[in-house]
Amino acid sequence: MFRAGLFALLLFFVSPLWSAEVIVSFDSQEQSELYHDLLKEYRCLKCQNQNLADSNASLAGDLRREIRDQILAGNGKKEIDQYLIARYGDFVLYRPPFSAKTAILWIAPFVLLLVALFSVLVMIKRQRKRAQIIEEVENDQDELFNMRLEKAKKLLND
Amino acid sequence: MKIALKLLPLAIFVILAWFLGKGLTLDPSELPSPLIDKPAPEFSVARLGREPGDPSDGEFVSADMLGQVWVLNVWASWCGPCIQEHPYLVSLAEQRPVPVVGLNYKDDPLDAQRWLARLGDPFAHLLDDREGDVGLDWGVYGVPETFIIDRAGRVRYKHVGPVDEAGLVEKLIPIIDQLQKEQS
Repeated sequence: MFRAGLFALLLFFVSPLWSAEVIVSFDSQEQSELYHDLLKEYRCLKCQNQNLADSNASLAGDLRREIRDQILAGNGKKEIDQYLIARYGDFVLYRPPFSAKTAILWIAPFVLLLVALFSVLVMIKRQRKRAQIIEEVENDQDELFNMRLEKAKKLLND
Repeated sequence: MKIALKLLPLAIFVILAWFLGKGLTLDPSELPSPLIDKPAPEFSVARLGREPGDPSDGEFVSADMLGQVWVLNVWASWCGPCIQEHPYLVSLAEQRPVPVVGLNYKDDPLDAQRWLARLGDPFAHLLDDREGDVGLDWGVYGVPETFIIDRAGRVRYKHVGPVDEAGLVEKLIPIIDQLQKEQS
């Protein structure tokens, strides 16, 4: 029992070893931050819905190593972006750059929002108009009723 | 106007259905290569079975292939689909006088040689990319991958995944024939 408990407890300490990321050291805090930020920006080509930080694929390991080497060599985000795009295309970026090809991706949500706002406005306007017409009709009917009532009263008085 | 408005939902449905249907026929693992029509990444690499620096046969230098159409096939003995593909590479090497260069990707050289002894060796040059460095430069993300390079040293076609009968007959061979007719 005690042994089993101890074993379970030890498993908690082992778990970090199973994560995809190998511990790497950098010369400065900025380099380390850049590295960890960048790993979240790039897609693993092998397992397409994971970023490089999360992926266990061997390709992701190679790319992590390449990115680390480039950071240690003093390259910034721009150079590393270019390196990866030259090899794998824009698809490697989770945030594709704005270009003629990707314009619809970037613009479509805003266009859809505008369309939705416009149709809501049209609907509100229509409803107001309808309410107004109903009110007018009711007023007309009231008037008609009053006129008849007065006519009837006159007749009764006569 | 009224009818147009009433038909709008149907129109939206048809457009959506078209896009979704189109999505079903595409293979998401097949990415367009940014290398197409660009100069092929240059490399020099040890031949399989010879240690780096071994003078017996020299390194393979990709620039030496300039002036001819060639095929680069990235494979490994640990790769299942490579076994499916292999007979078609053998067939390609028999049918066309085109050098097929085999890049053995992240593999154990002994395993690779045993694999070729068993299944046949269609490769004009057999290269050892144990660390996957050449593969990285060529944007390899799934083995097997097959590239066709023209006389001027540009990548003209990339096939991701195993080449099958249709891929060989409808794509690789016609493209190779066409490129061989071109003057660089």
